[in-house]
Amino acid sequence: MTAVTTDTQEAEAQAAHEAAFDAAVAAEERIEPRDWMPDAYRASLVRQIAQHAHSEIIGMQPEANWITRAPTLRRKAILMAKVQDEAGHGLYLYSAAETLGTSRDELLDKLHAGRQKYSSIFNYPTLTWADVGAIGWLVDGAAITNQVPLCRCSYGPYARAMVRICKEESFHQRQGYESLLALSKGTPEQHAMAQDAVDRWWWPSLMMFGPPDGESAHSAQSMAWKIKRHSNDELRQRFVDICVPQAQALGLTLPDPDLRWNEERGHYDFGPIDWTEFWDVLKGNGPCNEQRLDRRRQAHEEGAWVREAAAAYAAKHGEARA
Amino acid sequence: MTTAPTTHAAALALGDDALVLSHRLGEWAGNAPVLEEEVALANIALDLLGQARVLLSLVGDEDELAYLREERSFRNLQLVEQPNGDFAHTLARQLYFSTYQRLLYRELATGDTPLTGLAAKAVKEVAYHQDHAEHWTLRLGDGTPESHRRMQQACEALWRYTGEMFQPLDGLDIDWPQLEADWLTSVTGVLERATLTVPEGPRTGAWAAGAGRQGLHTEPFGRMLAEMQHLHRSHPGATW
Amino acid sequence: MTTDGWPLWEVFVRSRRGLSHTHAGSLHAPDAEMALRNARDLYTRRNEGVSIWVVPSTAITASSPDEKDPFFEPSADKPYRHPTFYEIPEGVKHL
Repeated sequence: MTAVTTDTQEAEAQAAHEAAFDAAVAAEERIEPRDWMPDAYRASLVRQIAQHAHSEIIGMQPEANWITRAPTLRRKAILMAKVQDEAGHGLYLYSAAETLGTSRDELLDKLHAGRQKYSSIFNYPTLTWADVGAIGWLVDGAAITNQVPLCRCSYGPYARAMVRICKEESFHQRQGYESLLALSKGTPEQHAMAQDAVDRWWWPSLMMFGPPDGESAHSAQSMAWKIKRHSNDELRQRFVDICVPQAQALGLTLPDPDLRWNEERGHYDFGPIDWTEFWDVLKGNGPCNEQRLDRRRQAHEEGAWVREAAAAYAAKHGEARA
Repeated sequence: MTTAPTTHAAALALGDDALVLSHRLGEWAGNAPVLEEEVALANIALDLLGQARVLLSLVGDEDELAYLREERSFRNLQLVEQPNGDFAHTLARQLYFSTYQRLLYRELATGDTPLTGLAAKAVKEVAYHQDHAEHWTLRLGDGTPESHRRMQQACEALWRYTGEMFQPLDGLDIDWPQLEADWLTSVTGVLERATLTVPEGPRTGAWAAGAGRQGLHTEPFGRMLAEMQHLHRSHPGATW
Repeated sequence: MTTDGWPLWEVFVRSRRGLSHTHAGSLHAPDAEMALRNARDLYTRRNEGVSIWVVPSTAITASSPDEKDPFFEPSADKPYRHPTFYEIPEGVKHL
């Protein structure tokens, strides 16, 4: 008898919580860390924020690959600052995930064990200096297209992290574009280097928006929860429309024979994306999957004694307040 | 008329120090022990690169100087070109160099030479670098037995490159023996607080006192330059 | 919540003199001294601050969302606390 009453009361409380949550999301209010939220909402956010954070820190590698070879001191300073920002952005995002009750340690362990993903784009290699420019223009451009709507995400800490990140990232895309422009207008060798980089990065950049709407596992629910605001295909189209005139201004071509303006749709049509490649890279068969994860694990393992030392020092000197 | 030419050699030497150390710190990108430290090391590297660009520009074109000189024309200390090693080696190098740079720039900031403006700005940056190195030296020295062992080893390994810092630089009005005494007091104090033993070995290599300042470098430096200069040199006259 | 025994810290930054410290975000650090330095490196690298506070996250006591109504609603029906509640004859100045 008592048990039944308790169950009923709990069910009622649950229903009230759910109603309050749904109403807040519908009213465009933000959900904050200590608010009640559906377990699936929390899990979905942790998954997405973790993947985003992992992408920032794995994404340092392809660009850091060129810090020591940057061709001028100005470019070197820009690149160092950019890679540093990525570490910072990873940090903001792990912090956002911590507000959901998931520690950075836990997320890093999952990354290192291959149990959480990061953006597949970073499994492609940076073969020439022009790749740094192409990443800035295309990869950061695609990322920004994805991220700007996230500044209005229903979860407050994630939205706030994204506001900071978008503000800081505005220089990332511009420096990439400027760098590619210098190459395109430079010597014939430099121009060829820029074209080659764009040829290699264009399609993987389009894949960054994720699978087509019909095949996207998490999209519909994320849209309903206002974690996500636009569908993968919508954002991809927006990105293509932005890039075509930018490529023309660069004096470079995009490697898609089917790319043409569609008057009726008011958008550029583009050719089919090779989703086999996408799934293949996602499953671990990209050119750099192993290399990226190995390097990450190695940095983490080699840093263990340093982290332990600082914790031990704090404990000795009475400052640890875990 | 101006004092510029007499400080060229000093600007080049100090500019090379900053350039080379910045490069070494840049090699940490993506490899730091914790994300917070990624950001810290990059800040230091960027400060140093900024200093290098100002100093080299006092002498000539920054990129020509950085990318087109041969190894024997570089005037940086051997200390700053030493490979990163583990985090302890990097931090021991930071402690030794930032203490030197702070003491030296504090003097230069009060003078009236073409270096004064840069020194006045840089001394604040460098004070932070020293603070960073000091805090880490304490934590590594007085942390775990492993960190203590590693830090002690690093301090000893780099000790022999610290004498070179006090070779007088032409054109600078500095009391070098005093600078050296202050440096020893400061570094000794930090090492002792960190429960580390102050190394006893010689502070210069047997064959190469003042080596880096005379253009004699260690083997790893050639490889570092090869990597740094390769792209720039592969496209003569190109703009980037 | 810790990273290898490094606790979480909340960071508050004063962006200009004359303004209050505002919550900027969080980070991990082994102790307060390092937390302050990490905060400086992370949250003020674009010249965003002139002063920083760091507080162990565990030291913060927060109001619970469940108490939202008893905590905050009672203050919603006291319009007489606001100057616009009062009617003043036209033409009266400095009030």
